[in-house]
Amino acid sequence: MKKRTFKGGIHPYDGKELTKNVPVETVTPHGDMIFPLSQHIGAPAKPLVKKGDYVKMGQIIAEAGGFISANIVSSVSGTVKTIEPRLVASGAMVNSIVITNDETDTAVDGFGKDRDYTKLSKAEIRQIVKDAGIVGLGGAGFPTHVKLAPKNEEQIDYVIVNGAECEPYLTSDYRMMMEEPERIIGGLKVILRLFDNAKGVIGIEDNKPEAIRLISEMVEDEDNIEVYPLKTKYPQGAERTLIYAVSGREINSTMLPADAGCIVDNIDTVISIYMAVCKSTPLIRRIVTVTGDAVENPHNFNARIGMNYLDLLEAAGGLKENPEKIVSGGPMMGMALSTVDIPVIKTSSALLCMTHDEVAEFEPSACIRCGRCVEVCPGHVVPQKLMEFAEVHDIEGFEANFGMECCECGCCAYVCPAKRPLTQAFKQARKAVMEKRRRKA
Amino acid sequence: MDITGIAIAAAVVGVIGLIIGLLLVVAAEKFKVEVDEKEIAVRGELPGNNCGGCGYAGCDALAKAIAAGEAAPNACPVGGASVAEKISAILGVEAGSSEKKVAFVKCAGTCGVAKEKCVYTGIKDCRDASVVPGKGSKRCSYGCMGFGSCVSECQFDAIHIVDGVAVVDPEKCVACGKCAQVCPNQLIDLVPYSSTYHVTCNSQDKGKTVKENCSAGCLGCTLCVKQCPNAAISMVGNVATIDYSKCDGCGTCAEKCPAKIIRPKK
Repeated sequence: MKKRTFKGGIHPYDGKELTKNVPVETVTPHGDMIFPLSQHIGAPAKPLVKKGDYVKMGQIIAEAGGFISANIVSSVSGTVKTIEPRLVASGAMVNSIVITNDETDTAVDGFGKDRDYTKLSKAEIRQIVKDAGIVGLGGAGFPTHVKLAPKNEEQIDYVIVNGAECEPYLTSDYRMMMEEPERIIGGLKVILRLFDNAKGVIGIEDNKPEAIRLISEMVEDEDNIEVYPLKTKYPQGAERTLIYAVSGREINSTMLPADAGCIVDNIDTVISIYMAVCKSTPLIRRIVTVTGDAVENPHNFNARIGMNYLDLLEAAGGLKENPEKIVSGGPMMGMALSTVDIPVIKTSSALLCMTHDEVAEFEPSACIRCGRCVEVCPGHVVPQKLMEFAEVHDIEGFEANFGMECCECGCCAYVCPAKRPLTQAFKQARKAVMEKRRRKA
Repeated sequence: MDITGIAIAAAVVGVIGLIIGLLLVVAAEKFKVEVDEKEIAVRGELPGNNCGGCGYAGCDALAKAIAAGEAAPNACPVGGASVAEKISAILGVEAGSSEKKVAFVKCAGTCGVAKEKCVYTGIKDCRDASVVPGKGSKRCSYGCMGFGSCVSECQFDAIHIVDGVAVVDPEKCVACGKCAQVCPNQLIDLVPYSSTYHVTCNSQDKGKTVKENCSAGCLGCTLCVKQCPNAAISMVGNVATIDYSKCDGCGTCAEKCPAKIIRPKK
């Protein structure tokens, strides 16, 4: 079978064996649930409830605060305790709705009812996805209803389900492919209904042969759905590299996937679309991988949005050793945490607890111009050159040398023999460029 | 070689020299660049640090702007009142009042005072540290991270990291404002040189959290706002802020502040 891929990339230790073969476990939420109003890219949501209100499971508690924004749905029933700033994984204090869980899971009317998507119009499907508050669960959190409504609807010829899961340690997508493949295919069919000229592609890295086999068998009779095995390489699951691997088309930072005729959605997002459209269940849960060598029983959890990370850690048997580093998300693109007392939000993909912080021991030294960073960069920029500008905070120079094409995947910093902290410097410079553009606008 | 050869050579060179000289005279007249004498005089008075503190690209650009009337005679923060006076004399206008200002860092969370939450091992620069969740190793995410982006930016050796927090030397500071621009936490203000009391905290956290994070934090109790006889203090978010145009330096606020974070000038 032909294996598709992109130019560049790295092969880090994947650590997936820790959780790969452990079935997903559902955890029951207890205590206060925290729903930050900003769990997605775009404007924060506007709260629809106030202190003291009783809310049901599945009720919209905050509505989209702009065109690029998303609703927030309560994942439990209970009383609104307060609306106040709370700490989230990004380190920011975000205004959040805090709900005291009454642990009865009293749902709104019609919750969980079967629905036939073939009888719904395109507009109805998009409205359901919007109401359900679905955003890209892969990590970026781009509102899905916006993604599903591109300007050039009839030009979309690929709907790509991202099952690459290239980020080390994460196995949530793999587990879902093994446990709920019919929901993934169901969700893909719902999306394909929106795009008449599109073909459905499920891209899976070849380190998951069981998943490739299982899903390939299931879609054998489908005319316009195909499984594309992808070469195992980080960052194969990044949007741009995946589009290139599947369609051979290239996009840059000023374009959307729709400009290349592609719609890309993560596995868990597709399942959420299926649940919202076919099972009348809005986005109230997600799969979170709790792993790392400091965790007693590494596991994937079906967690409710708003739960505390501490509860997940407890469900995984707690810590067997004192972790030196805790990361929200994967080791390549995740964010280091200084506390786990934070809520699970729509974009929380994993909690990684490691006993040893290898990066902390790195002593950065001077660039030896070996060019390895250039070789691995999937964005085809010259990280070594960009670093010269980022280091001295020369924003114009950084922008002029295509710094905005960097996707912060971390490949350059991973291979750098001089251990230079390239990605952190680029993150800072990109943020500064973005701020500059905002000020100009 | 006889004498005529030398004479011819001398005559040819002499004539060529004369022609070129005339051409130069014509060219100088024809392509003359108009220079404002005022601009040159103003430029002569400016300090010549090219620090950019005025907002223009160096002293030449400011001199041009002043001569053209686009900038005020006292626009140079480095030169202060004396330079403003001289420039006003050149321009023949009244010197606006130019109060000497100095930068002030609104944080007193020194090592031991501000509690730590983690070990930060990334790039030792505040701007780079600010993209990492939690902004540095201190529990308070509003305070000075102490990596000294401001120190490397200062051309006047007026700001230094002392015990984990940036401290300004008011005698050396020329109020160019560069440090204030680079601080990712917007922690540095320009205050009048003559001001006597300052609020040494920038935290927008609630009182309880502030107390947990740092023993030199504004609790937002508003006691100073109520006690100030000149109504010079107001709350900006959760932190007290002094309006220096009203403050007369009586020190009531510093006396009443339960956290002792309104402190007199050192």
